[in-house]
Amino acid sequence: MSEAKIDRRELLPLLFENPDDYLFVSGLAGAAKDTAALTHDGDNLYTMAGTMGAAVPMGLGVALNAPDRDVVVVTGDGELLMGIGSLVTLASMAPANLSIVCIDNAQHGETGGQSGHTGKSTDLETIAKGAGIASTMTITDPDQIKDGVSFLATGTGPRFLNVRVTEGEPSVYKRNMDPAACRHRFRNAFMATG
Amino acid sequence: MTQSSVGEDWPANMFRLMVDSGVDLFAYVPDAGNKRLIECADASNEARTVLLTTEEEGLAICGGADLVGKRAVLCMQSSGLGNCVNYLSLVNGGKFPLLMMLSMRGDYGEQNPWQYPMGQAVDAIFEAMGVLTFKVETPDDLGKATVAALHATGAGAQSAAIILTQKFLGAKAF
Repeated sequence: MSEAKIDRRELLPLLFENPDDYLFVSGLAGAAKDTAALTHDGDNLYTMAGTMGAAVPMGLGVALNAPDRDVVVVTGDGELLMGIGSLVTLASMAPANLSIVCIDNAQHGETGGQSGHTGKSTDLETIAKGAGIASTMTITDPDQIKDGVSFLATGTGPRFLNVRVTEGEPSVYKRNMDPAACRHRFRNAFMATG
Repeated sequence: MTQSSVGEDWPANMFRLMVDSGVDLFAYVPDAGNKRLIECADASNEARTVLLTTEEEGLAICGGADLVGKRAVLCMQSSGLGNCVNYLSLVNGGKFPLLMMLSMRGDYGEQNPWQYPMGQAVDAIFEAMGVLTFKVETPDDLGKATVAALHATGAGAQSAAIILTQKFLGAKAF
């Protein structure tokens, strides 16, 4: 596997030039901070700070019920592995409007940087492909981010993009951590605009 | 089929009540107690089903549906509630008014000892995590409990579970 050279804090703004065009669901910890920084904790984002593993199935629930919107799940390698079966459920339902971006730092950054499975022999793209997801890709180098942009824009959905990133802190952003307030915010914004 | 449902298609009645209340997504882990309900949903053009790999996925999927103004139901066996407990944090803390349908094991007439610990913990878990329960013990309870749960999770804005007891379903033979 190629050495990871991508800084996670630079990733999402390069992948999503116009974040207002999407509905985002993010898992807990670093993925939530990076996505909150991208959208300025916008009303098109639902972040988690618990329920590890829930990001992919929640994004699936959004995508199936908002077929006219582009839905993006931002997760991390640890969070994704805790709910890894949801990739199978997602593949069977196959919503064309859903993309998964996994920020894979091969460690549990939030809890002290403990080593994760993807630093050993586990390859998340291979798992996603085996689950039956239509389009999969892994990038490791900043020069490949433009390929990731193209993949997310034109790949047959659902799409799974694994991004191997360097060790290091996620974005710094103080987001709303009240799950009920964030539910209202997202729901009201969606119901107002569709 | 079971003793209490001989001569009546209660899952079709339940399906109709749910669809008429706007529930159009049925997430499920297969169980004898939800088999016919899911068949009704699969056969209908007013609903769709999502086969899960584990029950807690269903809570997140139903939560995602709620975020965009839709209603869904998670159908599972009582054993699956044990898999859901942490994700009930999302339901409770986020005030997601989610609907569940639980078919009991480890209850009335159970002969599999593996089913008793979780079956007997169902009420305590739902109470601890703030989910209302509406039990079906007789055919007469079915429609009332279903409507009550639909009202609770609709205008009532609560999370709730319809519990199909083994007194109603009958116990699996071993």
